Amino acid sequence: MNDQVKFTIDGKQCTAEKNTNLVEAAKMNGIYIPTLCHLEGVKPAGSCRICNVKINGRFMTACTTLVVDGMVIESNTNEIQELRKIIIETLFVSGNHFCPACEKSGNCELQAMGYKYQMMVPRFPYEFEEKEVDAKTTKLYIDRNRCILCKRCVRSIKSKDGKSIFAIKGRGHKAVINIDHKLANQMTDEEAMHAMETCPVGSILRKERGYVDPIGSRKFDHKPIGSEIEETVTVK
Amino acid sequence: MSSLVQSTIEKYGKDATRLMDIITDIKKELGVLGKGEFTEIADQLGLSSVEVEQTYSFYHFFSTDSRAKYNIYLNDSLVSEMMGRHEIAEAFEKSTGTKFGSISSDGLFSLHNTSCIGMNDQEPAAIINGTIFPRITTYRVRELIQQFRAGKEVEDMVNSFGGGKNQSDLIKSMVTNNLNRRGAVIFSNYEPATTLNKLKDLKPEQVIDEVKNSNLRGRGGAGFPTGLKWDFCTKSPGEVRYLLCNADEGEPGTFKDRVILTEIPHLLFEGMIVGGYAISAKEGILYLRMEYDYLKDYLNAILDDFRKAGWLGKNACGIEGFNYDIRIQMGAGAYVCGEESALIESSEGKRGEPRNRPPFPVQVGYLNKPTVVNNVETLCSVVKIIEKGADWYKAMGTKETAGTKLLSISGDVKYPGVFEIEWGMSIDEMLEMAGATNVKAVQVGGPSGRLIGQNEFHRTICYEDLPTGGAMIVIGEHRKILDVVKNFTDFFIEESCGSCAPCRYLTVILRNKLQKIIDGKGVTKDLDDLVMWGEQMKKANRCGLGQTAANPVLTSIENFRSEYETRIEKGKDFDTKFDLNKAIQNSSRYVGRFPQA
Ligand SMILES: Cc1cc2nc3c(=O)[nH]c(=O)nc-3n(C[C@H](O)[C@H](O)[C@H](O)COP(=O)(O)O)c2cc1C
Ligand code: SF4
Ligand code: SF4
Ligand code: FES
Repeated sequence: MNDQVKFTIDGKQCTAEKNTNLVEAAKMNGIYIPTLCHLEGVKPAGSCRICNVKINGRFMTACTTLVVDGMVIESNTNEIQELRKIIIETLFVSGNHFCPACEKSGNCELQAMGYKYQMMVPRFPYEFEEKEVDAKTTKLYIDRNRCILCKRCVRSIKSKDGKSIFAIKGRGHKAVINIDHKLANQMTDEEAMHAMETCPVGSILRKERGYVDPIGSRKFDHKPIGSEIEETVTVK
Repeated sequence: MSSLVQSTIEKYGKDATRLMDIITDIKKELGVLGKGEFTEIADQLGLSSVEVEQTYSFYHFFSTDSRAKYNIYLNDSLVSEMMGRHEIAEAFEKSTGTKFGSISSDGLFSLHNTSCIGMNDQEPAAIINGTIFPRITTYRVRELIQQFRAGKEVEDMVNSFGGGKNQSDLIKSMVTNNLNRRGAVIFSNYEPATTLNKLKDLKPEQVIDEVKNSNLRGRGGAGFPTGLKWDFCTKSPGEVRYLLCNADEGEPGTFKDRVILTEIPHLLFEGMIVGGYAISAKEGILYLRMEYDYLKDYLNAILDDFRKAGWLGKNACGIEGFNYDIRIQMGAGAYVCGEESALIESSEGKRGEPRNRPPFPVQVGYLNKPTVVNNVETLCSVVKIIEKGADWYKAMGTKETAGTKLLSISGDVKYPGVFEIEWGMSIDEMLEMAGATNVKAVQVGGPSGRLIGQNEFHRTICYEDLPTGGAMIVIGEHRKILDVVKNFTDFFIEESCGSCAPCRYLTVILRNKLQKIIDGKGVTKDLDDLVMWGEQMKKANRCGLGQTAANPVLTSIENFRSEYETRIEKGKDFDTKFDLNKAIQNSSRYVGRFPQA
């Protein structure tokens, strides 16, 4: 019984169990493929597009791909890195990200991605579109200025009877995240905390709990995002 | 609980996958839905209120407020603009006393823009309370609004019937067919049920083999071999399968499916039965765009005739065990729903967001069952292939592209309309056929296709050379290419589902850059940026919409670079007209700094 498959990422021989999610499979082999919308164990959205890789010469998102034998994957090429950087910059200018004033600063995956890809300033002009903040629920507030529409919350935060507490409203560049007030008010403290932690940016925030971790002890204060995965390589 | 919501939900068996129909029916009565209705529907269907709003807010005809007595949706496609949309829009605003996107203060009129409504051969056109008003002039606008103010109903203003079946009792529409050229396959002599009667002597595999042998490729644009698709579907595990017919026809400039649906719907339904039989489908669904709602009663009546004739229902076509019926699923205004997996999502009552692939619809489709999605024209071709044989079919067309193709030709031509051609015709011949002279460019395949110039007019229409879903927009010498590109880019911005970050926002960035150039503030680097950024769109996005959304920009820079260059500041590295004081006006005002404008 051997379900192991062989594949390469940027020339490196890798092995994983057949049909493992490519993001996870890469991780097991010490390779970091950047992700924003991906959430382990939850149906992939394939929406941020940051995990784009080339598989057998074609662009595909890693988070929606299961590995099969013989896959030839490119990830850290100039072309793909540039594409990822452009996506990050697009996300920055499509919202209003004033990092110094954001509770999530240092714990934010988008910000960490900006550092990792050495974005000095987005190449695109800011539009500073007006976004509505929703603070109508008891435990959470939603700051749409920071939402990157990754749908992590939509896919994973459910009420006890399986209804979505978060959903998208509108389409295209007018799409925004929407929260069900009735269901949100029934969330426990733990569920509310979990919702906040699910959000990669500072768009879902727990009320009455700002700036708990001091600067310097936040997630990405010392090491760039993804380094814990890549470090396992050097250890080997 | 309002009785309207209650009865509507019951009508659809409290089935959340019928949310599109539920919203459509309620919206028709109320004109707009709000938190109250979302909650009522949600409670009944076991959803959250935001989940209902999620579907509602996705679709143009749901999310626009139509509480006025007369709700006017004016097409804003390129060809509508070319045919004088601007004056018509002004006339509507003036005579109704309201602006686009709002309702007049007396509650009589609402004005909305809307993406291509499939009437490019008779623009400018508008939909008023579901009725199509083609070929509108400013005179007609004034007349309509005056008469509406005097209390006339929309039906009272239907003052002519288009030709053919448009005048049948169940349609009674002013739309004209403009079927300018019949061909050997789709618009050829047709004796209903010839193929259906053959079906009981054929095994499903035989039908698939014949279609495979014919080399028929899908007519919806992607050109996937039809027989192979059916084969894949039948080989997917599972007993229950579905056939969906894609009548979303949303690509600006295409309207050929409209003419099929009007003139030869029997042929289409026959095709849906043949396809359903070939893959042993449980049900067939015709996904019809809301813009074609005026055809719905007529199509349903024909389906009833089919049931009475025994071609649908239990043991359909006299085939023991073939229990098959067809229903119509209405869309609600979203171009992206033409993408096959978005079409499936929409048919399940959800937002029309394309799915990630794999799995493909033939593996996991409608209600997670193996599903074939085919274009209207594809399914019509199948009927003739089974009737006359694969060899007959293959003898037409080019080496790699068999058969005929319906072209929807519009724009600066003498005879806009539908032409059935054999694959392999050159663009030059096509222009001559439709009566077009002094042509600057042709948009082949609609906005998602290619903008070509005279140096490519010798090329031939076929998969080996210039593939197309059939939308051909002819652009005369006097037009400005950048206006074309701007209209198409706006279209993609409007129609993006918003799932992928680049499709959602890079399109906006491209449009703003384009506007900068149109405003005379562009420099050479802006052109390089457009190309560089546009190229990313092809790589980055999930579906064909996002992957092609930069095509207008890219193919126009490739083929009409000079039109950009005449608009930019030459020899300059940056926008020299940039006004710093103006740019910091707001912040200056807030902090009390000078100069203030
Ligand atoms: C954004 C987008 C819109 C589309 N719109 C249509 C459409 O209106 N009608 C259609 O038949 N195919 C459309 N397609 C192609 C469908 O995804 C699919 O390929 C087609 O319906 C398959 O049928 P066929 O094989 O018979 O061509 C569209 C694709 C994309 C990406
Ligand atoms: S609120 Fe947060 S988790 Fe939800 S879509 Fe926006 S960024 Fe993603
Ligand atoms: S490419 Fe655009 S339309 Fe297609 S799935 Fe992505 S966001 Fe939606
Ligand atoms: S992580 Fe794969 S698309 Fe977002």
